[in-house]
Amino acid sequence: MLEEFNDSTPLAERENIIECKNLNKWFGDLHVLKNVNLNVKKGEVLVVLGPSGSGKSTFIRTLNALEEIQEGTITVDGTTLSNDTSDIETIRKETGMVFQQFNLFPHMTILKNIMLAPIWVRKWPKDKVEKIALELLERVGIPEQANKYPGQLSGGQQQRVAIARALAMQPKIMLFDEPTSALDPEMIKEVLDVMKELAKTGMTMVVVTHEMNFAREVADRIVLFDFGEIIETGTPSELFDNPQHDRTKLFLSQIL
Amino acid sequence: MNQIQYEKKPLIEKPPKKKVNILEWLKDNLFSSWINTLFTIGLGILVFFVLKGTLTWVFFSADWSVVSDNFKLLLTGQYPIVELWRVWVCILLVSILLGFSGGIWNGTITHLSIFLTVLFLISGLLPFVSIESRIWNFTGVVLLVAGYYGGKKLPIKKTILLGWFLLFPITIFLLNGFDILTKVGTNLCGGFLLTLLLAIVSIVFSFPIGVLLALGRRSKLPVVKYFCIGYIEFIRGIPLITILFVAQIMLPLFLGQGLEFNNVVRAMIGMTLFNAAYLAENVRGGLQSIPRGQFEASHALGFNSSLMTFFIILPQALRTVIPAMVGQFIAIFKDTSLVTIVGLIDILGMAKTISQNPEYLGKQMELFLFVAAIFFVFCYMLSYSSRRIENSLGVGKR
Ligand SMILES: Nc1ncnc2c1ncn2[C@@H]1O[C@H](COP(=O)(O)OP(=O)(O)OP(=O)(O)O)[C@@H](O)[C@H]1O
Ligand SMILES: [Mg+2]
Repeated sequence: MLEEFNDSTPLAERENIIECKNLNKWFGDLHVLKNVNLNVKKGEVLVVLGPSGSGKSTFIRTLNALEEIQEGTITVDGTTLSNDTSDIETIRKETGMVFQQFNLFPHMTILKNIMLAPIWVRKWPKDKVEKIALELLERVGIPEQANKYPGQLSGGQQQRVAIARALAMQPKIMLFDEPTSALDPEMIKEVLDVMKELAKTGMTMVVVTHEMNFAREVADRIVLFDFGEIIETGTPSELFDNPQHDRTKLFLSQIL
Repeated sequence: MNQIQYEKKPLIEKPPKKKVNILEWLKDNLFSSWINTLFTIGLGILVFFVLKGTLTWVFFSADWSVVSDNFKLLLTGQYPIVELWRVWVCILLVSILLGFSGGIWNGTITHLSIFLTVLFLISGLLPFVSIESRIWNFTGVVLLVAGYYGGKKLPIKKTILLGWFLLFPITIFLLNGFDILTKVGTNLCGGFLLTLLLAIVSIVFSFPIGVLLALGRRSKLPVVKYFCIGYIEFIRGIPLITILFVAQIMLPLFLGQGLEFNNVVRAMIGMTLFNAAYLAENVRGGLQSIPRGQFEASHALGFNSSLMTFFIILPQALRTVIPAMVGQFIAIFKDTSLVTIVGLIDILGMAKTISQNPEYLGKQMELFLFVAAIFFVFCYMLSYSSRRIENSLGVGKR
């Protein structure tokens, strides 16, 4: 189940799983995404950096239609987003999302949190789903918490459950929006470790984060947003060691 | 070789229990400062005189024969005596279910079954009730206790749940008969039986209607949305009495011939429509309290709106508004007494009718106190269980 994504073809030769063309989005008069063009390859780990308010969250949320766009096209795994709810649901099934605030369902046990969507959205049989859920809890390192409620877990544990919950749908793409920003420092590592493991399995990942070490170590490619635009794109070493754009240099100098 | 002896310590140490001495407790709670002492003494004197007056009246001056003579009338109105067994069967069904549920789920529901047991014991031991009533009452106690122990042992959770679902239709069938058993017209139901019927029917039906209205009010479809808003605001702008009158006079006009409802059913419809609007507003409060993240997480997992509403949003929303909803249920329960105005004789109406009988002149106090006691007991039970449920669900603690 975990190895199926691993693909030995080099990244450059693989096909795109996400294609964004000329995305434009406004919140009222505020132009938050300006002509964003970006493709993501199968199995690629793309890290999105940028200062606060630059549109990173808005961008990543357009990919599973949590935010509407006013111009441009988004194609995810062959389906082009439109107003058609069935297209939206198709794409959401194939993309898991992890939020800054975990957003677990507080009235359900951990196990139920993980099992609900596969049972009702994927319509998989319950015993199969339970097996997947327990395996995933094992993988994120908290099998003993299965029957507790989210409120009884630490932030780091909750975020790992949130990752397991997204993975239980067996998505092709995982989106992370600042998954460690709400965590106490000592819990950040346990979540990042899970994400690193996930990257090794060949999962396609789009990660908004401020964790520079993670970006350097795990990313295949980094894009830098500022004022709703992509300023610079490159591999971690290109971007960190030899930034081209002034605004990139400014951003890096502020954050490192 | 020396062996080191370790003291065995329990893994989790309980916090030390504070020993409470009565004198110390009194000092801490009642006489901690001079102003506190003043209040204690002042209120003590007040309570003493009120209690003394009330108790002397209740036990020595009051003439309770007015209640005991009319006990059956007060509780079941004109319900034919030969058919009273049906009412008892319904009560016993509730006892069995409550007993089993108390054994299975423990907690609040056990408290409720203890409560019912006490009620049975009290009413079975009243000096003036008939021998049959005593037998029914004690059967109730036996069923509750047997159910409780049965529920602890037997794996019948599903059966009991099904039982609760079927209880309502079975009760209606038994009470009315529908010509399969001898038909007892709803107009013969009176007294506390009518009060309970009105309250339960309007709670059972207004709850789902209220939830639908609350959901409809948030709908993206303008027709649905404005219909719900219009309905809720309209109903909330009218007194219940007006609605009861309208239901009595207008419903027959609207429905034309063919569909003839008697006035009890009309009152039920009126109360249901009225309370649905209030429940809708309560539920709406709950829906608004759900953080946006819950919606986003459900969408991101691929839930469509109905799955999301059913599994994620409603359960959380309803939990947060349990206290408000039970408050509304209590209001419904007490509002049933307004039906006297449209000519139905609930327990209060019955008390009033009896008090006008010259034979019982000057004994209104006893009658109305009895009615008040019955209302209080049931309302208190409702608010007590709501508080317990609230605590056990940890509302507000999240
Ligand atoms: N729902 C909304 N309505 C109006 N404006 C919004 C909304 N959401 C975001 N914005 C604005 O859009 C801009 C981009 O926001 P976004 O959340 O995408 O930034 P971000 O890069 O994720 O920032 P951060 O690092 O602080 O999370 C900000 O100026 C923000 O104030
Ligand atoms: Mg953000």
